[in-house]
Amino acid sequence: MSTTTRSLVVVTAGLGRPSSTRLLADRLAQATVLELADRGVTAEVTTVELRDLAHDVVNAMLTGFPSGALAGVIEQLTAADGVIAVSPLFTTTYSGLFKSFVDVLDKDSLTGMPVLLGATGGTARHSLALEYGMRPLFTYLRADVATTTVFAATDDWAGAGDDTGPLPARIARAGRELAEMVAARRNDGPPDPFADAPSFADLLGS
Amino acid sequence: MQFGIFTVGDVTTDPTTGHTPDDTERVRSMLTIAQHTEDVGLDVFATGEHHNPPFVPSSPTTMLGYLAARTARIVLSTSTTLITTNDPVKIAEDYAMLQVISDGRMDLMMGRGNTGPVYPWFGQDIRQGLNLAIENYALLRRLWDEEVVDWQGRFRTPLQGFTSTPRPLDGVPPFVWHGSIRSPEIAEQAAYYGDGFFHNNIFWPSEHTAKMVGYYRRRYEHHGHGPADTAIVGLGGQVFMRPNSQDAVREFRPFFDVAPVYGHGPTLEEFTAQTPLTVGSPQQVIDRYAAMREHVGDYQRQLFLMDHAGLPLKTVLEQLDILGGEVVPVLRREMEAKRPAHVPADPPSHADRVAAAGSAAGTPGATHVGGAQDRWTGRTAEDDATTGARTTATAGAASGR
Repeated sequence: MSTTTRSLVVVTAGLGRPSSTRLLADRLAQATVLELADRGVTAEVTTVELRDLAHDVVNAMLTGFPSGALAGVIEQLTAADGVIAVSPLFTTTYSGLFKSFVDVLDKDSLTGMPVLLGATGGTARHSLALEYGMRPLFTYLRADVATTTVFAATDDWAGAGDDTGPLPARIARAGRELAEMVAARRNDGPPDPFADAPSFADLLGS
Repeated sequence: MQFGIFTVGDVTTDPTTGHTPDDTERVRSMLTIAQHTEDVGLDVFATGEHHNPPFVPSSPTTMLGYLAARTARIVLSTSTTLITTNDPVKIAEDYAMLQVISDGRMDLMMGRGNTGPVYPWFGQDIRQGLNLAIENYALLRRLWDEEVVDWQGRFRTPLQGFTSTPRPLDGVPPFVWHGSIRSPEIAEQAAYYGDGFFHNNIFWPSEHTAKMVGYYRRRYEHHGHGPADTAIVGLGGQVFMRPNSQDAVREFRPFFDVAPVYGHGPTLEEFTAQTPLTVGSPQQVIDRYAAMREHVGDYQRQLFLMDHAGLPLKTVLEQLDILGGEVVPVLRREMEAKRPAHVPADPPSHADRVAAAGSAAGTPGATHVGGAQDRWTGRTAEDDATTGARTTATAGAASGR
């Protein structure tokens, strides 16, 4: 038995209960966990529903510090070995709640983080929103984004959506990619602003 | 330990009456509040510095100079003086003038300011904020410590043979605090110089404050100024009190709910749970603030933000009555009883610093006191400090609390 463990944090911005966004997030997590197990790695999965944190996210924007459960979630997220982020597409892009959550993260908190992106929407016509909207957001944060992103339209859940790249195949491929990245890298935690603070001699000399 | 108030000087509509003071009314309220601070037995009044509406205190030394004449005992200070966008030469001149006028009854707190547009208005670039704070303060120290300064840097025109006047009172510059909420670099700067560190924690959870203050304390010791627990620390605070805590909540909630900073965000209950804001009875305030030392260690100055969120002047003055009459006397006793003997009770006063300069005279490396000989009289700061009769009188006045 392997003793290697990795932590996965799944962030889902679905608003419904049940939500197809949550469903996609769970499927992506499951695929990643299976692929990690194949590599002798035990995954510990924490799933975060942003709906539960919506008020805390707005409060953080207004006050400048995370309060309530949000503080703990940010701590878990930034210390994770891998992240799965899934948003519904609203009005051509990720939801406002999803972006607001990302906005209250420290800009360095996801540097180098393996991230798998997913999105849900009404029709396959929106599928590229992952590439033109969501990927650049995580590129800006210097996250390590998996090549495959998974878009699930309503039809995909019926199995009739996409004959050439059916949803289960895309989920499995994405899970494999994230698992490879997560297995290869352990997160030593977010940078410590105090450990990294320059000495005054350096500050004077700069 | 010193207790006082600090003001942002915001012009905010009273949400319960719809009254918005004009700038003149607000400035005059600040002056009334400052004088009342002394009347109720508090120790410090500090004003912010802002250069954009809705804030009025653009000229702190004008205000503090007036207050120096109208008060006899309180320490006049700033919260904060913009070390980034003010010319350090002007800071050296203005605050040395205030020091002389107030007979040493002042200190000041450096800060970078947090309003982006202010930088270009004063010819600076916010992206250089930290570098400005470091270079400008290094120059400020030299202007106070050295009689004649030759200087060249990145952010202002060079100086050749420049002497800042008036020279600091008794040859000893004012005590300086550095205020920062998030930047370890500023805590490092305060520690490097052996200056005070003020954490304006009013919108922050105590864990964050403890981290920042802890870092400053460790670095203070590292830089050789003494044990970490003897570093000079100040904290902010926010309270609203009535004899009955339900009355305090009922009266303050309408102001809280629409306040410019936290309004429309967390509830009053959430905010009071997570930050130092305490709304309740005087005893609740005493309990909350007596426990602050458990997070940050024994500290020397506690400032309260009292005149904000559109509270009417009458209410602010009532709050000061409660603070000075019922809360601070108890806090003083409790803090003093728990403070270890080797930890300073107060931040250094002018008299303390004159005495320290006297004992350090001739000691190599005593860099924080004026060491240069006066080029006109041939006297040194230490001559004044150890022998001047006027100094003795000043020292008595400054420690008269």
